[in-house]
Amino acid sequence: MAKRKIVLHFPEESIDKPITYHLVKDYGLIPNILRAKIDENEGTLVMDLEGPKEKIDEAIEFLKEQHVTVQEAIKDIVVDRNICVDCGSCVGVCRPGALSINADDWTLVFDQEECIFCQLCIDTCPVRAIKLMF
Amino acid sequence: MAVTKTYEEINEKIRRGEAVVVTAEEIIDIVKEDGVAKATAKVDVITTGTFGPMCSTGAFINFGHSDPPIKMAKVWLNDVPTYAGLAAVDAYIGATELSETLGMAYSGAHVIEDLIAGKNVKLHATAYGTDCYPRKEITTYINKDVLNETYLFNPRNAYQNYAVAVNSSARIMHTYMSTLMPRMGNATYCSASQLSPLINDPFYRTIGIGTRIFLGGAPGYVAWQGTQFNPMQARGENGVPVAPAGTLALIGDLKQMDTEFIRAATFHGYGASMFVGVGVPIPVLDEDVVEKAAVEDKDIYATIYDYSVQQRTRPNLGKVSYAELRSGKIEINGKQVRTAPISSYSKARKIAATLKEWVQAGKFFVQEPVQSFPMDSTFKPLEIVTEEEI
Repeated sequence: MAKRKIVLHFPEESIDKPITYHLVKDYGLIPNILRAKIDENEGTLVMDLEGPKEKIDEAIEFLKEQHVTVQEAIKDIVVDRNICVDCGSCVGVCRPGALSINADDWTLVFDQEECIFCQLCIDTCPVRAIKLMF
Repeated sequence: MAVTKTYEEINEKIRRGEAVVVTAEEIIDIVKEDGVAKATAKVDVITTGTFGPMCSTGAFINFGHSDPPIKMAKVWLNDVPTYAGLAAVDAYIGATELSETLGMAYSGAHVIEDLIAGKNVKLHATAYGTDCYPRKEITTYINKDVLNETYLFNPRNAYQNYAVAVNSSARIMHTYMSTLMPRMGNATYCSASQLSPLINDPFYRTIGIGTRIFLGGAPGYVAWQGTQFNPMQARGENGVPVAPAGTLALIGDLKQMDTEFIRAATFHGYGASMFVGVGVPIPVLDEDVVEKAAVEDKDIYATIYDYSVQQRTRPNLGKVSYAELRSGKIEINGKQVRTAPISSYSKARKIAATLKEWVQAGKFFVQEPVQSFPMDSTFKPLEIVTEEEI
């Protein structure tokens, strides 16, 4: 049995497909959804996928055929407070609101529980304070 | 009789350690509680601050002479092209110049930050060679301790207000106003608003050529009005411009600066810039100075522009106050749009507070401008014409 953490990004045309059902029914996998954010334009799912390694590989191929973007081996997004200047640029690209500015002292707050690993903040940060930790 | 004070009287108080100094945020509540007249009598200096990306930033460097000497024609610092069309070993490194090997990941701004941090920087230069400067090439290492005069000279800093940027197109845009999400998915803004130097002195009464300032953690000076200086910009009833207006050309000693208050920046897909920390002390000359400096975010407006229109004049989508912008959401054409700053308000506060400490400690005096800025200056466009048409 293998276990892999993956992030799925759904384009508009795929958001109404019962992806998780197929992962269970067709590939016999155990998907554990960690985070989800879906609206009318796009969707993101963060999940652990557990099952035989070859079945996970087949399931990822299936997802790609459904026009779902699959990112693997995501660990965590980390803000390095020694580098951050609290400008707030990252807040503008954070759809789930995981990154915000504290209205009292105007410093950056990162709520990891809300993060969906879209990674837009990493390139947006002008001082490269946000990193992906594997 | 209304209270008035001269620069000399204020400096004498600073010298004696008796000056009452407050920040441009603190003056808001003081005026609310005591009124303008009492506040004018009580307060001597109001400190301002801003920390935002300012592309028109760079440093003059004198390298000293090698043996045998070289008249440097082409210069690179850590592979970043550096302008050397000056005397033999004088050069200017601009913040937005990109590395020839690393591209957008490293720039003139990073070289400046590395020099301020005391790091070693690789210098490479080539020359055609002359009788008095025979050397044709040099590769060596420098840092701020071995350089001669090294000072920032920034042609345009501390914009008096700026735009609010949105993107109505269907694709993500990478701009100097940061990443703009499609279909107006966000709105970015860039001003220290109620703490910003030129917003607190909207008609440049106390800020002019020669004003002593805080620049990147060190004392500096206003050298000139900044480029694109536009005092004729539309203003609100309180005198504060509602779009980009005045600017400052600033000068300061790189060797005394601190990377806490000046940092290299990379805007993904756009290029390099530099976060520059600027603070200006405003001397309380009279009630008018206090009234203007007591302006607060709810009365400072910025204009929203659609950056998806790739033209000189972008569509104007209305005005919004900084109080609304700082709430995290604004409404544009009935749609709720998430807002995000791109200049650091926490750093702006720290700068105003640091400058306040310097003045209180008797280390920093207010300087009367030796000349005021031209109030009739206009911001002209560049037309594409033939020699006959101009």
